[in-house]
Amino acid sequence: MKQNISLIIDNHKVVVPEGTTILDAAKSIGIVIPTLCHMNLKGTCADNHPASCRVCVVEVKGRRNLAPACSTACTEGMEVKTSSIRVIRARKTVIELMLSDHPNECLTCPKSGKCELQAVTQHLAINETPYAGELSLRKKEMTASIVRNMDKCIYCRRCETMCNVYQTVGALGAVGRGFNTTIAPSFNRNLKDTDCTYCGQCVAVCPVGALTERTYTDQLIDDLENPEKTVIVQTAPAVRVALGEEFGNAPGSIVTGKLVAALKDLGFDYVFDTDFSADATIMEEGSELLERLTKFLKGDKSVPIPLMTSCCPAWVNFYEHNFPDLLQYPSTARSPQQMFGAIAKNYWAEKMNIPREKLVVVSVMPCLAKKFECQRPEFATNGNPDVDYSITTRELATLIRRSNINFETLPHMEFDNPLGESTGAAAIFGSTGGVLEAALRTAYELHTGKPLPKIDFTEVRGIDSLRTATIDFDGFALNVAIAYGLGNARKLMEEIRAGKCKYHVIEIMACPGGCIGGGGQPLHHGDFEIIKARQKAIYEEDKNMPLRKSHENKSIIEMYEKYFGKPLSEKAHALLHTHYSDKTIKY
Amino acid sequence: MEKLCNSVVEKIRAICDKFGNKPGELINILHESQHTVGYLPMEVQAIIAEKLHIPVSRVYGVVTFYTFFTMVPKGKHPVSVCLGTACYVRGAEKILEEFKRTLGIDVGETTEDGRFSLDCLRCVGACGLAPVAMVGEKVYGHLNPADIKKIIKDFSQD
Repeated sequence: MKQNISLIIDNHKVVVPEGTTILDAAKSIGIVIPTLCHMNLKGTCADNHPASCRVCVVEVKGRRNLAPACSTACTEGMEVKTSSIRVIRARKTVIELMLSDHPNECLTCPKSGKCELQAVTQHLAINETPYAGELSLRKKEMTASIVRNMDKCIYCRRCETMCNVYQTVGALGAVGRGFNTTIAPSFNRNLKDTDCTYCGQCVAVCPVGALTERTYTDQLIDDLENPEKTVIVQTAPAVRVALGEEFGNAPGSIVTGKLVAALKDLGFDYVFDTDFSADATIMEEGSELLERLTKFLKGDKSVPIPLMTSCCPAWVNFYEHNFPDLLQYPSTARSPQQMFGAIAKNYWAEKMNIPREKLVVVSVMPCLAKKFECQRPEFATNGNPDVDYSITTRELATLIRRSNINFETLPHMEFDNPLGESTGAAAIFGSTGGVLEAALRTAYELHTGKPLPKIDFTEVRGIDSLRTATIDFDGFALNVAIAYGLGNARKLMEEIRAGKCKYHVIEIMACPGGCIGGGGQPLHHGDFEIIKARQKAIYEEDKNMPLRKSHENKSIIEMYEKYFGKPLSEKAHALLHTHYSDKTIKY
Repeated sequence: MEKLCNSVVEKIRAICDKFGNKPGELINILHESQHTVGYLPMEVQAIIAEKLHIPVSRVYGVVTFYTFFTMVPKGKHPVSVCLGTACYVRGAEKILEEFKRTLGIDVGETTEDGRFSLDCLRCVGACGLAPVAMVGEKVYGHLNPADIKKIIKDFSQD
């Protein structure tokens, strides 16, 4: 049992549990101490407090030097001043020194307006940069997903924590010493030559403009203007519960109808839904699960169990790089984004009589790895990709603002059909546990031929980063595991490698809370409560749907009748499934 | 890059095992690996990362942080010029410049024939002899830029 500690912060008495930092104690009574390097997604291992930026320093009575509030624990009777003259002067000097080695590019910086360094500079009313110094200029890099401009880095090392501790990917780390320090891939390589999965969590937590997403909005505008081209769009389930935040709505606001209206205003010819192809994913992945389980229960030990989900493109990159010996376990089903592209450019294009080269498929995703996924050669026909490019929730918000669309007054509109019809099972794909629950709903009914006793598999829901449950699958005890964060995925993969895995199905998502915490979502600035609110909204969206099981989606049923035959058919394998290969990095 | 031979790979693995494959022993492991191989090429760092279950970026971060560690093979005769305070005020910079000019390499580099490499260090505890340089284990004191050519010539024989 932790003891309570009482202390005084800015003349207010505070009582907090032992071990609480001054920063958190102050926050509990509404005093916000500015920070830059600090980040703690509570409940996950994403905890970064190197106390290196020194912005959060406070004065503690009886202590000679100033204390960093983010990493100093409260003690009994402590007296803290968070904004004395001495503190303000120290903070100003710290920021002024940072600015002396920071490019003066705020006007054109992609992070402007959302930059934490800019916010602290304004908070301290710093209007000039008194220290003129040398700039530490670094190599710039642009990948399919991520842009690195480390001239702007302030060495907070949040990206390093996400990449090394949370994801255990190890693509980025501190290199060199002193003024020459930079955060970079090993051996001065480019990200594409490392184990980077493009999860984008480094971008999601970067306080400044050093790490940003690669944008495709200019290309999109060109395509929308081109009368020769039919431009269609799909939007992922996690986008509709987060986009509103960009326009001042509270976290967890559901803006599906306005999202559709905004996309129509932008000029897309058809506004479709990734939820449609998420239902298709369940048809394929659910059938694959049943096929494997049936063989397994008949005693076939060669069948790869557990089945692992394959929707998350960062997770796909992760196992191709780190576990080339276990590539038989993940489902071969393509991600919903790629299924949509293949369905649109084949089934739908044939139906509409639109030649492939005149059809542009765009996706709006909460994700940066999706940008990379679009460019995988296996998802293209004669060099023409199934999904031409992907933009993030943030990029869409930028486009909406730039096009003078008033988000507040937009009407609620419906997705176009047939690729816009979906069920609640697809809606929950955006949250950790959602894909597994959706697969269980369908697999159970296909397997037993009986209706589910209850639709909600609450056992698999939650926000903990590694969860397990045993589900009564019509008499069979089905062991499932749900994890987010590639560090947790690594643990599960190592269990499989050691022959100690007791699960039949495993769902993996790379980002905190699943896609709702994706690298392309509105910035959470370290507040995990925002991600929890989005999760609540996802399950709300599911509850409000008239149909909640993927196999009941009428447009899906029609597509199988007219085009694919049945799940796992030859045609389905050709267009809706993929293959994996060893992508180990050589040194 | 050149592939390490199997015996070297095994030696590095053995060093990691000797230190219990503990991430906390990284610096000791790097010290011993550099002593064994002569330098710390990419492949050695990758083996250590794998054995210690840490990202290679962390190994590389430590290697680039400490000037003692090198990713370039040292020459048969490593030259170290002291840039400590006493040597510095007595003209060590000119000595260093002369070594650079004579060998045709920069600090941290190795001559193409692999005979000489050039580094700086901070004080060898012979301040009375300033400015000082070392070639291998041999210490030269009271140096004058004019002495450098002869020193190099002496070592060029073997």
